[in-house]
Amino acid sequence: MTENLNVIIATDCGSTTTKAILIEKKGDEYRQTFRGEAPTTVETPFEDVTKGVLNAFAELEELSGRKILDGEKIITPAQGNTGVDIYISTSSAGGGLQMMVAGVVKTMSAQSAQKAALGAGAIVMDVIASNDKRLPHEKIERIRDLRPDMILLSGGTDGGTVSHVVELAEFIGAANPRPRLGMTFQLPVIYAGNKDARDRVNDVLKDKTALRITDNLRPTLERENLGPARQEIQNLFLEHVMAHAPGYKKLISWTEVPIMPTPSAVGEMMQAIARKANINVVGVDIGGATTDVFSVFDGVFSRTVSANFGMSYSVSNVIAETGIENIMKWLPFEIEESDIRNRIKNKMIRPTTIPQLLEDLILEHAIAREALRLSFMQHKALAVGLKGVQKLKDMSESFDRVAEDETLIKMNRLDLIVGSGGVLSHAPRRSQAMMMMIDSFQPQGVTMIAVDSIFMMPHLGVLSTINEKAATEVFEKDCLIYLGPCISVANSGKYGSHCLDCIITYSDGKIREESLLFGELKVFELGEGEKAEVEITPAKQFDLGEGKGQKITKKVTGGVVGLVIDARGRPLDLNSSKGKEPIEDVLSKWNTAFDAYPE
Amino acid sequence: MTHAYTPGLRLAEKLQIRKSRNLPLPGDVIVKKGDTVKSGDIVAMTKLPGKVHAVNVINRLAILPSDLRKYMLKKEGDSVVKDEPIAETRPFIKMFKSICLSPISGNIESISDITGQVLLREPPKPVQINAYVDGKVVETMENEGVVIETTATFIQGIFGIGGETTGELQVVVNSPDDVLKPEDINEAHRGKIIAGGSIIYSDAIRKALDTGVKGIVVGGIRDKEINELLGYDLGVAITGSEDINITIIITEGFGQIGMAQKTFDLLKQREGSVTSINGATQIRAGVVRPEIIIPYNEEDTSEMSSESGSSTGEQSAGLSIGDQIRIIRNPNFGMLGKVKALPSELQTIETEAMARVLEVEFPDGQTAIVPRANIEAIEG
Repeated sequence: MTENLNVIIATDCGSTTTKAILIEKKGDEYRQTFRGEAPTTVETPFEDVTKGVLNAFAELEELSGRKILDGEKIITPAQGNTGVDIYISTSSAGGGLQMMVAGVVKTMSAQSAQKAALGAGAIVMDVIASNDKRLPHEKIERIRDLRPDMILLSGGTDGGTVSHVVELAEFIGAANPRPRLGMTFQLPVIYAGNKDARDRVNDVLKDKTALRITDNLRPTLERENLGPARQEIQNLFLEHVMAHAPGYKKLISWTEVPIMPTPSAVGEMMQAIARKANINVVGVDIGGATTDVFSVFDGVFSRTVSANFGMSYSVSNVIAETGIENIMKWLPFEIEESDIRNRIKNKMIRPTTIPQLLEDLILEHAIAREALRLSFMQHKALAVGLKGVQKLKDMSESFDRVAEDETLIKMNRLDLIVGSGGVLSHAPRRSQAMMMMIDSFQPQGVTMIAVDSIFMMPHLGVLSTINEKAATEVFEKDCLIYLGPCISVANSGKYGSHCLDCIITYSDGKIREESLLFGELKVFELGEGEKAEVEITPAKQFDLGEGKGQKITKKVTGGVVGLVIDARGRPLDLNSSKGKEPIEDVLSKWNTAFDAYPE
Repeated sequence: MTHAYTPGLRLAEKLQIRKSRNLPLPGDVIVKKGDTVKSGDIVAMTKLPGKVHAVNVINRLAILPSDLRKYMLKKEGDSVVKDEPIAETRPFIKMFKSICLSPISGNIESISDITGQVLLREPPKPVQINAYVDGKVVETMENEGVVIETTATFIQGIFGIGGETTGELQVVVNSPDDVLKPEDINEAHRGKIIAGGSIIYSDAIRKALDTGVKGIVVGGIRDKEINELLGYDLGVAITGSEDINITIIITEGFGQIGMAQKTFDLLKQREGSVTSINGATQIRAGVVRPEIIIPYNEEDTSEMSSESGSSTGEQSAGLSIGDQIRIIRNPNFGMLGKVKALPSELQTIETEAMARVLEVEFPDGQTAIVPRANIEAIEG
């Protein structure tokens, strides 16, 4: 039945907002037609997620004229302008899936366990490892205090250590942790470690937890096998965690396919993009409570979640982490620090409010830059190759000092950055989203920047599991909006000195020649789908990915914002104009180049 | 019409409230159904398991895990005192004897012949739960806790720090827009909960702490004061366990914001009553807002119906023209007004975003367009 769908309704129950979209088959193709949203209602006084879903449906009904609900019942199947064929959903409400992972060696099995949990869409609250330098009682107390939704226990390659794994199981048993939701059930624990330790782990944990045993996620040092553990996490997420969240039992009964954790659905889409075009992709989903970063580099998928970087619930934590000065440096106007602090705290305590003043919007964009930057730093630190693997190295590699734990993310090989989440998808001007992403990710060389038009990647992710055609069509036509390519120089120089010369040859033969000074940024016209050839010659100390001072010639395709040439250097240093030009003026120039904000 | 969600805080002059008082672990309930309790009365108690210590006995004794039990002097469940031998080897030559001493006083929790670890647990710590509010025990859950029922004035704050406390309520300013100043606080406020005003600064908070005030209820506070009081920048809004000797509840938000007249009037009306407050706030995953509970004594409640509270928070059905609302974001943050119009189409606001809006009319007759996300409904 999932093949023959004409009208699909999908929701994503986020921690702040429940977003509903309507996908309809128009002629031969699927298109996203309407969108409605309402505040998520997992919390008091409602404590029932379905209320927010119904509110979002009601908005969809009003906008589309389609009758979807009969009271509180979804009308199926679709007939004319009434009803829908299927309802599907993702969820990250109620704090998402919060997990703790444990492994023997912090940088080996524990790290693999962390990757498995993150890949399944979880927030990892803590990583316990035999060698994490905490005393046993500290570990036990931590497990007890954090009250995760689920624990993933790994450790030991098959045939390797048993005692360390059993010891970890003993700690979990001693903590006798109680789950966050649903007082009456036992905490789900997944064991995905050394297969020789299964019986022992079972003896220790079977009476105290809801233990599931699955394949070792690190069967050998050279190999990760994260699939079975990820699958088990998602099963338990539905069976245990979701079923105990307010209203989810009802919601599960409404949906025809299992509810997916939002990040897992977004991850599906990111991988599909990378696979289809055979490119390296970094994606970000910045939400109210958390920021997820995804990457696919040379086919290797990584996901991290920065649990406390977000734009509403966690907004105050962004400031606590980065420091208020790092927010203020992005503001092109004078404002008292105490005023900013109060505004940010007010957003935290009333997370569903939206900026009405332009000043408030610019402030939110400043915070978003820092939330994205910090989350991306965390991602780069975790998206690394397997540690503990013996690698054959030749002499040249030794001289290059290639570290085994080097991040997989190579900025000058990055083809596409995709932004998603309210602050990026709903930025009143698309150029604002592009600026935020360039400033925080700081791409090098030639990188396409895109945004999820109205935040529907989670919906499409879950849809792709039942009807890939519908998901792909909507994704290409309605979801992804190409903002434009960004060409950036690496390294630093003297502010205002000559940085690069460029020649843009448009497809109609028109040629434009420009020179940029260090610290400048220009946006050139290059509309969506329009092609051009760009030849850039950097000054001798600057690098466009081909080496210092090396000229590059690239064919680029435009986007809704245009072609950006960024001569501000990497890493981006806002102090480089110090003593030459006030930073407020510099920021205003950049904003003007992008036509980012109304005058 | 679409449902307009109107978040709001609960505010009720008289409401029947049930408070569950649960033990963190099974224990003893020491009151019975029907008992009348005072806020400070202990209603249940239990013992929290002590800390666990792990001792790697096999390393200490240089033995194999499988031999561990042979050398143990104690078995699971046995009690031990600090420095008491728990395991020892028995070599032929006594001087080669190795002894493993207990690092703590407590019990042997487990002995693992796989890892060679012995887990010891410190003695349990007693925990007592009090009634928190004056009221009547209406339900007891064996070994778990009780439910106390009270008829009280109930006010939810927007944010708080500090945990449960009880004291007599005293409004110390004349109007909801006043600043709560140090000179408003005096020796007579020791052990009390003081209330009122649009903001409190560090100097007055210090004076309150020095005087021994138990709690402060105020319209607004600056982030700066919270930072100074806590000694760190509050990142994630999960509060209630701060060890600061005072509980502070703000009713409106950060910055100087006059306390809502209704809230102020209610507090004024109930001045002199024993009040229970809790600053615990959690703005994520099961929102918890700080609360002010002012129970009526029995004579008062007998005259009135048990449930007369109206709560703004539960009005989810939607806004109507004429409803009283408050603006909860700049501009006009904190201002009250009436809904004048509810246009259904999206409108462009100053940021150029398209938003669902409403038109609000202020008491002076001026009007403004405000995103619906930026208002909360209040009781008319």
